[in-house]
Amino acid sequence: MSSTAVVEPRRVRASGDRAATALSLGFVTLFLMVMVALPIAALVWEAKSDGAQSFWDAVTSPQALAALKLTLGAAAIVALLNAVLGTMTAWVLVRDDFRGKAAVNAIIDLPFALPTIVAGLTLLALYGPASPVGINVAYTRTAIVLAMMFVTLPFVVRTVQPVLRELDTELEEAAHSLGASQTTTFRRVVFPNLLPGILSGVALAFAKAVGEFGALVIITGNIPYKSEVSSVYIFGRIESGDSAAAAAAAVVLLAISFATLLSIGVLRHFATRHDRA
Amino acid sequence: MRKFVYLGAALLALAVALAATAGIGSAAPANSADTKLSLVAYSTPRAAYGQLIPAFQKTADGKDVSFTQSYGASGDQARAVKAGLDADIVALSLGPDVDELVKAGLVDAKWKKQSYKGMVTDSLVVFVVRDGNPKKIKGWNDLLRPGVEVITPNPFTSGGARWNVMAAYGAWRKQGKTDKQAQTNLLKLFKNVTVQDTSARNALNTFASGKGDVFLAYENEALFAQSQGQDLPFVIPKQTILIENPIAVMKNSGDKEKANQFLRYLRTPAAQQIFADNGYRPVVKSVLEKNRKKFPVRPGEFTIDQLGLGGWDKVQKRFFDPDAGIMARIERQVGGVTG
Repeated sequence: MSSTAVVEPRRVRASGDRAATALSLGFVTLFLMVMVALPIAALVWEAKSDGAQSFWDAVTSPQALAALKLTLGAAAIVALLNAVLGTMTAWVLVRDDFRGKAAVNAIIDLPFALPTIVAGLTLLALYGPASPVGINVAYTRTAIVLAMMFVTLPFVVRTVQPVLRELDTELEEAAHSLGASQTTTFRRVVFPNLLPGILSGVALAFAKAVGEFGALVIITGNIPYKSEVSSVYIFGRIESGDSAAAAAAAVVLLAISFATLLSIGVLRHFATRHDRA
Repeated sequence: MRKFVYLGAALLALAVALAATAGIGSAAPANSADTKLSLVAYSTPRAAYGQLIPAFQKTADGKDVSFTQSYGASGDQARAVKAGLDADIVALSLGPDVDELVKAGLVDAKWKKQSYKGMVTDSLVVFVVRDGNPKKIKGWNDLLRPGVEVITPNPFTSGGARWNVMAAYGAWRKQGKTDKQAQTNLLKLFKNVTVQDTSARNALNTFASGKGDVFLAYENEALFAQSQGQDLPFVIPKQTILIENPIAVMKNSGDKEKANQFLRYLRTPAAQQIFADNGYRPVVKSVLEKNRKKFPVRPGEFTIDQLGLGGWDKVQKRFFDPDAGIMARIERQVGGVTG
């Protein structure tokens, strides 16, 4: 980053800028070290503290695998649902005018502010056995998706919204005037522009869903092999004094999230290649 | 070269900032004449200690003693203390959590040799049922009937839930079942468990939300909930385990003398009565006798040591080893995984 910045020709006071860049780069590096790299390194260290064999045994134990499958499956469904519903929500919020739009816009972020354990309790009260609206999905896999949806809802909306706002409606009008149908215009003109935003939001939502604990712990039932997600499995290992196995399972979860974020990043790069050309 | 100078400056600035934030955590110096005791406890006795501490401060020993209190899940608290949370006294929900601190060299291994075996309160595992007990739940065998939904926390995420498992297993042994038959019954029981929450608190929420017919809970919590106006009818099975809650002074306590005085106070009749008022069975027999109406005698009551399994130490390994324990196997079978 710094090298591209300092060779830019219009920078006159190069040395001062270079120093400033170095300072900010140093600070950011240190910040990321303290906040992200060191904790993850410590986690990996803990995971391998019992040796490679026990690491492998811990991550391939049937209970860990069952929890991992359930978590990834639910998170994938949640990511897809978010892609569709989040984009629709963003669309309505940007393109349509209605009374109370500002209020709805503000409500979107509320799931972030609510402690997730409270979210879990609320969902249980609403969609549990004593549901006032007659919907009882608590302790089923549907509840897992529901709770994950609740805590990840803002991501796609917030990544798509600004793109949509910047998007010139003249493009769409031009497409129309050239005879493109509504769907064709969306598919060929609007969607390619939104795709990077959707992908970013989906990646964030997926990563958050995979690691979610508070909201899920209340509403999933936590039956091992059936409705126990990875974060709850990890908690069980910690409670049983087996922190190495807990760390091992967490490392796998992180690795998968990382791979997902990375591949979505690549996809995003691919989708936006025309903009950079 | 200059780059590094600036990087160094940034590092230094951050180090200073970190040191400053770290400083916020350390407590303000207390008046030197006063003693400050830090109590780290599991969450349920919070209300009791809320009354016990002011009462202790009114005694000669407790004059000028101030307290900092921390409450949380028993296992979490033990881990926090192990990781360096400042504590003079630890009050936890089961012996093995104190033993973890013994292993870490923080509590004297002889804590069990203190008066009342190192315990400060007792309780029982009971069945919380629906109003009017529609499923007619009386004893442990009723929990095995098809169609009866049981709620208990998962014994691997909740240390307290291990009392429930051992209560069930021990009850069947008391009824004359063999070790093998009791294990088979445990499997049947867990096939009827429809929700395994991570903690007793979450399990109570689940039951209160309308899920399940029976909730395996503790007498003290049910009594406390009733005293708070919550409608929580419960049945005490004929055979059940006597839950024993330990308390211990930390080896590295700044004022062991005062900490021990507090422990002695907690076992006086006055203090034990406060525990009784909060739903706990007193460890002091005379106080227990005085409160018999609230705490009926259960002839089939047994302690973990009376099961002949070698106490918690052996039980932890045999039942609750996360890979090879009996309960790990049962969870696998309940989940439909063979082997």
